[in-house]
Amino acid sequence: MRARSFTLPIGGSIALALFAGAALAGQHAASSEVARGRYLVRIGDCEYCHTLPGGKPFAGGRAIPTPFGLIYSVNITPDRDTGIGQWTEQDFYTAMHTGIGRDDVHLYPAFPYPWFTKVTRADVDAIKAYLDTVAPVVQNDRTNRLPWVLRWRGELFGWNLLFFDEGEYKGDPTQSAAWNRGAYLVQGLAHCGACHTPDNWLGGTKHSEPFEGGDAGLHWSAPGLGSNIRDGVGGWSTAEIVEYLKTGANIKSASAGPMSDVVMNSTQYLSDTDLNAIALYLKERPNNPVKSPPETLALGTDALARGQALYIDNCTACHMGDGRGVVDVFPPLTGSAAIQADNPGTVVHVVLAGSRMAAPSSKPTGLAMPGFGWKLDDHQIADVVNYIRHAWGNRAPLVTADTVVAVRKDIEPSDRPSRDGDAATHPDAPVNRADP
Amino acid sequence: MTNPLKPVDVVLVGFGWTASILAEQLTQTGLQVLALERGRFRDTVPDFATTRIQDELRYAVRDGLFEEPARDTLTFRNSVDQTALPMRHLGSFLPGVGVGGAGVHWNGQLWRFLPEDFVIRSHTQERYGRKFIPADMTIQDWGITYAELEPHYDTFDYLCGISGTAGNIQGRIQPGGNPFEGARQRDYPLPPLKRSYATVLFDKAAKEIGFKPFPCPAANTSAPYKNTLGVQMGPCTYCGYCEWFGCGNYSKASPQTTILPVLLKRGNFSYRTHCEVTRINLDSTGKRATGVTYVDAQGRQLEQPASLVICCAFAQHNAWLLLLSKIGQPYDPKTNTGVVGRNYAYQITSAVDVFFDEIMNPFMGAGALGQAIDEFNGDNFDHGPEGFVGGGYIALWTTGGRPILQHQLPADAPKWGAGWKKAMADNYLKSASIATHGSVMSYRDSYLDLDPTYRDIYGNPLLRLTFDFHPNEIKMSGFLTGKAALIAQAMKPRSFNAIPRVGHYSIVPYQTTHNTGGCAMGADPKTSVVNKYLQSWDVHNVFVMGSSVFPQNAGYNPTGTVAALAYWAADAIKSRYLKSPGPLIQV
Repeated sequence: MRARSFTLPIGGSIALALFAGAALAGQHAASSEVARGRYLVRIGDCEYCHTLPGGKPFAGGRAIPTPFGLIYSVNITPDRDTGIGQWTEQDFYTAMHTGIGRDDVHLYPAFPYPWFTKVTRADVDAIKAYLDTVAPVVQNDRTNRLPWVLRWRGELFGWNLLFFDEGEYKGDPTQSAAWNRGAYLVQGLAHCGACHTPDNWLGGTKHSEPFEGGDAGLHWSAPGLGSNIRDGVGGWSTAEIVEYLKTGANIKSASAGPMSDVVMNSTQYLSDTDLNAIALYLKERPNNPVKSPPETLALGTDALARGQALYIDNCTACHMGDGRGVVDVFPPLTGSAAIQADNPGTVVHVVLAGSRMAAPSSKPTGLAMPGFGWKLDDHQIADVVNYIRHAWGNRAPLVTADTVVAVRKDIEPSDRPSRDGDAATHPDAPVNRADP
Repeated sequence: MTNPLKPVDVVLVGFGWTASILAEQLTQTGLQVLALERGRFRDTVPDFATTRIQDELRYAVRDGLFEEPARDTLTFRNSVDQTALPMRHLGSFLPGVGVGGAGVHWNGQLWRFLPEDFVIRSHTQERYGRKFIPADMTIQDWGITYAELEPHYDTFDYLCGISGTAGNIQGRIQPGGNPFEGARQRDYPLPPLKRSYATVLFDKAAKEIGFKPFPCPAANTSAPYKNTLGVQMGPCTYCGYCEWFGCGNYSKASPQTTILPVLLKRGNFSYRTHCEVTRINLDSTGKRATGVTYVDAQGRQLEQPASLVICCAFAQHNAWLLLLSKIGQPYDPKTNTGVVGRNYAYQITSAVDVFFDEIMNPFMGAGALGQAIDEFNGDNFDHGPEGFVGGGYIALWTTGGRPILQHQLPADAPKWGAGWKKAMADNYLKSASIATHGSVMSYRDSYLDLDPTYRDIYGNPLLRLTFDFHPNEIKMSGFLTGKAALIAQAMKPRSFNAIPRVGHYSIVPYQTTHNTGGCAMGADPKTSVVNKYLQSWDVHNVFVMGSSVFPQNAGYNPTGTVAALAYWAADAIKSRYLKSPGPLIQV
């Protein structure tokens, strides 16, 4: 047994909630620790990044787009030569806690160690115990595609000095156990801030603007997670937050883009207790500051009329003339944080290329919206996006055709038919596997 | 060159409605199920995306979603003394290709057959005497009763979210529904669709005459629906692009909108596309199937071993595959012996176009938005004085007002030029059409066999269809058309124009994709290919689905009965066949 002491100034019940099962860490991981590690790996959504689509689980190789270039995830299966089979628990903890890999190699923060640093030693050990049980895969890591100036990892030492705050989660004794559990997950292993907190120009987290909305790659904007009604989760009840994380949709909204992947690979598997803790923590977060006061008058009546005409022709079949959608089927656009976010990336992306909701077994349909990039030009998309961001009481900054141009340049065209095997890339859909 | 692949428990030939139903049912038992589909993968998005699918030229005129005759076709003749020629263009019927099959491009007109339809020969003989059935009419009882199928009709109703008004719940006649229907255990899951103005006029006129009109049961959702598998459907938008199109709004029941989201997640299910099954393989005894041979997209011939082979292809393709695989004795019309290919039947339709001074807005439509009467279907009326067997429903459908193909013109309108244009402008918004949808009986000279001359790209003989309408059907259809004209007249239109079905069957103009028979089910192996559980009499681990098992065709669209039979067969496979593989019926 590893002897560990906890010095957090928190009550026993909180310690129990945070560190349940810690005593099980040992030379030969008990099966309950492996199971706990499996659950924690789900919370951390490790498998998604560390698995190539269609590839062997945890063998790495997925390209993670960053503003600086492509970073390929690494093999974290227990293969001794190409995976992390030779890593000790201490090696693994050091990587998770400080972003420094075995042999003192600095890891790129595409690996979200700035959040994982908050994870307790016991939880990290459980994760390692689980990873030790997955099938080892011999697969060499790919070379990252970064500009030469960034290939020298020593620079990360300085980056860490500037942007990285090392340290496990410190509980707040004035809050409940559930709140602390929610804070521990959201700030730590679930690394929500990786997308929902803005980055600075060097890819460092703006700790001064926690959960104020950020970039999830490929122009997907992650809405703020403040209590703001217009562009936060303030209008959502705890039950609605839980339902969204569990199923990808609630009466107010539906997942799109990377969040569908998060639901499919991570949050759908969380216990109701943990989801409620997360919801409680989010609900009690303060309002985010309103950065850009929404412009209401700048959108002229002509533009509004053009946008409305496009909306009626293309969008009403599902989202209805009043923007309220169809309850439990097609999400409403009224009052939606994703629609009204300061950064219009998600809505522009969805209108251009479409999106599919998460399809967990609890809500298996995976309803999808088609893209309209094949038929609407950049000005038309700006018009219709501005319309839905200003109709029915919605308010948000204006979008220009230039924004649409920028998004269109980086995404797949939306007019291609299904490719065979497409279903295999649907979440949870292992089909065509029997291919000869 | 054939390389055996890793065996599976069940191989499904095709991946449309029946394969989806069988796969969903059989994977519940833990079996490894594989579907082989000749076409491509398709899903609501992107393939049927709203505002993109509403393209009449691409999908309706240029056959965007249908079987391609250049790859799969058949030869046709009206009678045994003619030489059949291959169909080089689609015509009278439009089989689908690709995942979802014709279940993607159907209208969603979902009917149950009448209890008497399943016992047509014994019932007709009992009521009208033995001599009432013409000597060459080879109709037979199905070997199954409506009561046996009812739970499975119900399962499909609740899978699809059918919109309608029940007419008979557990024997109690319901106001506003079809009083002639067989007893159903409960109401439809959704209320009927909103009515078009033309159906309102039809309803009023039919009632004035004394008929009992009702809203047609529709596999188009009148409201949001979560089905029995937890799959969500959106409400129909009445866009008018159902038939020959996929639905972009998750509103028309199809494998994609009801089953696939759940099925595709099951680890013991898989499918392969672009795989054309050419043979069911038999062991040396010829009594047991060992799997199938198929050709994949690269042209490789591959052998897929399986313990159970289920034919789920479109109707006549199942008969073709059995003939090519030498399963069951081929039918010979000269001697009236053999079974495979026997009792091919179809549907006989006619129309009465109605022209008004008022605007009907026909473009606000849905594939199964209609009002019907059922007084003259099945044996709902006394056939004695009429002298024919069978019947059909009469309905005013508002399926849509597509500009190229969906319009009616008065009989005296010019056929071209400025006069035609003016007539079109005058009538497009102000017309409707009453349809009759009649049964077709089976006959000794209506059948499927292998063509002696024409072969497909794999060197296999094409399927040959020999079929014509018989006097019984022409007479019956004329009778229905007359009743439809009565209703048309009572609608007090500006004019109406009855278009009866006369003369020989032509395979060229589109009529319906309701091909039936060739693998008839029944109680007697001498007159049926499969038993009442759709199991081959000859090879017990081969089952055949679809309307190919209909011994003759009733006066309704076939999909409801096709689906109910699939659930019925799945039930027999799960509860009986898997426990003790072998013939489920001994004779």
